[in-house]
Amino acid sequence: MTSHAASDTAALTGRSLRHILRSPDTIITTAIMPVGLMLLFVFVFGGAIDTGSGVGAGGYIDYLLPGILLITIASGISYTAYRLFLDMQGGIVERFQSMPIARSSVLWAHVLTSLVANLVSLVLVVGVALLMGFRSGAGALAWLAVAGVLVLFILALTWIAVIPGLTAKTVDGASAFSYPLIFLPFLSSAFVPTDSMPGPVRWFAENQPVTSIVNSIRALLAQQPVGAELWIALAWCLGILVVAALAATAIYRRKVG
Amino acid sequence: MTAVTREGPAIRVSGIRKSYKKLPVLKGVDLEVERGSIVALLGSNGAGKTTLVKILATLLTADAGTATVDGIDVATQPARVREAISLTGQFAAVDDKLTGRENLVLVGRLRHVDDPGTVADRLLERFALTEAGGRVASTYSGGMRRRLDIAMSLIGDPKVVFLDEPTTGLDPEARLEVWRTVTQLAASGTTVLLTTQYLEEAEQLADRIAILHRGRIIVNGTLAELKALLPPVQREYVERQPSLEDVFFALTGKRDSADDTEGNPS
Repeated sequence: MTSHAASDTAALTGRSLRHILRSPDTIITTAIMPVGLMLLFVFVFGGAIDTGSGVGAGGYIDYLLPGILLITIASGISYTAYRLFLDMQGGIVERFQSMPIARSSVLWAHVLTSLVANLVSLVLVVGVALLMGFRSGAGALAWLAVAGVLVLFILALTWIAVIPGLTAKTVDGASAFSYPLIFLPFLSSAFVPTDSMPGPVRWFAENQPVTSIVNSIRALLAQQPVGAELWIALAWCLGILVVAALAATAIYRRKVG
Repeated sequence: MTAVTREGPAIRVSGIRKSYKKLPVLKGVDLEVERGSIVALLGSNGAGKTTLVKILATLLTADAGTATVDGIDVATQPARVREAISLTGQFAAVDDKLTGRENLVLVGRLRHVDDPGTVADRLLERFALTEAGGRVASTYSGGMRRRLDIAMSLIGDPKVVFLDEPTTGLDPEARLEVWRTVTQLAASGTTVLLTTQYLEEAEQLADRIAILHRGRIIVNGTLAELKALLPPVQREYVERQPSLEDVFFALTGKRDSADDTEGNPS
């Protein structure tokens, strides 16, 4: 049975990737909101935002992009919950579970599909950012580190998304959970430095996961030393990933036996 | 593994009980299904037909009792049971966004058959779906979806096929299509357990009919045996054989009276 886990997951991942290829609008919609925010903040608010010195020379968009990338992921994973919800409702999960396949492959296929879909959306957003003047002199290694942090963040949020995907009663319920996640970057260092925020807000902003992740990616892209912030970011991502994955798997076991 | 022919009935259920929360659905079900036969599990809505099928298909675990499929215990060796069975649920579980052929190939890959493509093409032909095979399933009619659904169930040559209300929601023409398919299936030696609330369907298709009522199988036999349970044909103004409908209502008690056994000639 376990020997089939990889091939079963591959077959099921191929299936949901095909869904995305046949309705690529989900990837485009995922990218539209972050791109809109980016346009708004760079061309409308950006001139009035003082991000302090020492952050790249490319202007506000270089400061902004890491947070925009996290928002892209937060909005992308709502489709993960949506796709899983539809599978649960349609009876196809039941069909899969009555076949001699590795039990975990159904969930893993959705997780891997989410990873691929989000990475494509991220590439789209970075492409638009480049058109808008984003520049980075970061080397291959730094980019690889950025990609690694983003992949971990996608996986962490994807496993969170699996939970409403499995438990929601309605389509709206399945995707509504992502709104707070989308707004989390606003209460972080993603758009403005946290120094300007009043006490409690600042405390929250400086101690929530998005700030350390945004700061790490920003430093990597601006070729500045990352320091301890990166380890905090990785700890947050891995911690959320493990807890959410365990919870999701337990719920899945209870639901489908 | 598949070459071994096991002894005994294809399905053996004894003393199966299942409750949802406090609501008892199955109250000690006993049933045997002979190899290669079509058995209809007949019962009204909520009688527990789907629950029993889900237990046999390893999707639910029973609270008490034992069940074996192809000689394998569903509770202790669910993985091996899954090798031997296939389930077609109440709602055609086909992937709407994939083509008919892709649906079949997907199941072929998940059942680890050697050449999923060839298997898919053969099934498309057998179920008269070759032309539609390249279209996505959302464009199919109800009857075509059901045919595809059943075709997907046959990949990997399962010994036992569960069809849970295979014709619910289909128009009469599509229903006939499905009936033909099920008959062909049994002719090739597959054991079929089908649930239905349509008396006519049980009468048309099944070798044996088991009536599930209020959580128990209250009778199990051939159509002739079931008819023999009622008093002999009455000759009054019109000569009339009891239809299965008459038998059903006589056995399950007057259209929902309080007592299970009322009207059951013992």
